[in-house]
Amino acid sequence: MDVGYFVKEDPVQRSMLLTALFMAQEQHGHLTPEAIERIADRFGMRPGEVYETATFYSMYREEPVGRYVIQVCEGLSCHLAGGAEAILDYLQGKLHIAPGETTPDGLFTLRTVQCLAACGSSPAMRINDTLYTDLTTDRIDMILDQLGGE
Amino acid sequence: MFEPTLLKRASLPNSETIGVYLETGGYEALEKALHEHSPADLIDMVKASRLRGRGGAGFPSGLKWGFMPQDGTSKYLCVNTDEGEPGTFKDRELIERDPHQIIEGAIIAAYAVGANRAFVYIRGEFFLGVKRWIKAIADAYEHGYLGENILDSDFSLDMTVHRGAGAYICGEETAMIESLEGRRGEPRLKPPFPAQKGFLDQPTLVHNVETLANVPHIVRRGPDWYASIGTEKSTGPKLFCVSGHVARPGIYELPLGTPLREIIYDHAGGLAGGKKIKAVIPGGASTPLLTAKELDVQMDFESLAEAGSALGTGAIVVLNEDTCMVDVARRTARFFAHESCGLCTPCRVGSQSILRLLERIERGDGTYRDVDQLLSLCDGIEGHTFCPLGDALVAPVRSSVERFGDEYEYHIEHKQCLVA
Ligand SMILES: Cc1cc2nc3c(=O)[nH]c(=O)nc-3n(C[C@H](O)[C@H](O)[C@H](O)COP(=O)(O)O)c2cc1C
Ligand code: SF4
Ligand code: FES
Repeated sequence: MDVGYFVKEDPVQRSMLLTALFMAQEQHGHLTPEAIERIADRFGMRPGEVYETATFYSMYREEPVGRYVIQVCEGLSCHLAGGAEAILDYLQGKLHIAPGETTPDGLFTLRTVQCLAACGSSPAMRINDTLYTDLTTDRIDMILDQLGGE
Repeated sequence: MFEPTLLKRASLPNSETIGVYLETGGYEALEKALHEHSPADLIDMVKASRLRGRGGAGFPSGLKWGFMPQDGTSKYLCVNTDEGEPGTFKDRELIERDPHQIIEGAIIAAYAVGANRAFVYIRGEFFLGVKRWIKAIADAYEHGYLGENILDSDFSLDMTVHRGAGAYICGEETAMIESLEGRRGEPRLKPPFPAQKGFLDQPTLVHNVETLANVPHIVRRGPDWYASIGTEKSTGPKLFCVSGHVARPGIYELPLGTPLREIIYDHAGGLAGGKKIKAVIPGGASTPLLTAKELDVQMDFESLAEAGSALGTGAIVVLNEDTCMVDVARRTARFFAHESCGLCTPCRVGSQSILRLLERIERGDGTYRDVDQLLSLCDGIEGHTFCPLGDALVAPVRSSVERFGDEYEYHIEHKQCLVA
């Protein structure tokens, strides 16, 4: 993620902690203990404190993940539009992994997520930075094929 | 015929660019605000417009601006872009399609309350939104709408983007401030309210994206024009997000007070597949359910309160006759149980217990005692939690049991669903 938007220094340094964690995660794919320690050092915090803050937020990962993280929305509107479990089941069958798992080739991680704020064009899912809406099984096949899937 | 105001640009090509914004009257309100009005004038204008917050609570915005101390202490503005209430998707669209409208509103608000620093707190998953915000802010700086001495006035404002990292509770204003300070997003006790003690314990004005989008229009066209839209106590246009079993889900901009029936049937195309309505969630996942008999309610703050529900974020989820209401309650409870920050026991433990009871009833293993237990858990949470998330969980669950008790009964008696 581009950090050029910090036109001015933040009034307190710790405000930058969430951003620093994102940057470390981007670099290594997940938050390694070394990265946590480096950040703690830079912010004058104990590693435990940094860790405690990071674990509050679902977007930080303490474990490695696949190249593509698929997040299927399991919200009510997606369910009503035929998504949620239906999409999740389809992906489980296709990738042979359960939510929370990564394919053996390290390509895909499957996850569930709460409402993605795309309920008007549900079912929805996100893969890394990209939001996919109005999903059908055909569309999912196409999307995964393009990403280098089966 | 009502002409769209907040979405008037949204369908134009490149609507997100400063070029299109300027061609369509953008930043004229800011010029006017800085050169023709004092901060006190602007507060009066917003009071006269009777604008109310669109983030869920409907608090009068002018009143909130008036609470900010007038002295020279450093003050902050936070633009709440953390949208995450299931069923709600208006703020994401607004920032992706017309970010300058919000920036202009934010600058005017900051000028009115004397804040020199603005934060945009955006939900971490809104990747496109983050990009749009960053680009728009950079362009606003380049054109002299942000930075030192804006448009040659003596008002200066800096604005930066902060990404949240996946926690619904950070949409609650005090949790958001904690998060902005680089901590776990656990709410603070109110009072003191952010307008008294917010970011770094300094006075902080927090507004929802849609609320701020209204501000340039109020300044440009006047509070009287604005207050002529909608009802006496709920003025102005509103973005209604319609999803669920309708033919044309989407965002519809209509005056506050538009009847629910009209929104569903005239705008969203009625129900998909010619089905009948069973129930409607009128204002997002945290608002009590309405039955099919209540479709003539007007969609404004006071009418929905009278109907025993709430306007919330204006997110309408339509449920057809084939929907299992126990399942809907279970899904809603799952969301709030998942998003409980764990700080206080009634919410942390109560939400899990409610979820387990609903799961059991839905599976067909429930008893009448479980339903009683469900309601007493609701009593134990309501009004007893640290922040409003507890009440947000209780409202839809209680209304489901109270208004659709027959479906709970059916699950218990027949060990299966009424509609399956
Ligand atoms: C659990 C919870 C979540 C909230 N999430 C949001 C949100 O995502 N966006 C928002 O604008 N307001 C949210 N709010 C409301 C804010 O606390 C606050 O009232 C609002 O941002 C004020 O802006 P307004 O006056 O413009 O409505 C939430 C409140 C609670 C209790
Ligand atoms: S009510 Fe729930 S979300 Fe709010 S502070 Fe308590 S545990 Fe956290
Ligand atoms: S419920 Fe899936 S995007 Fe909102």
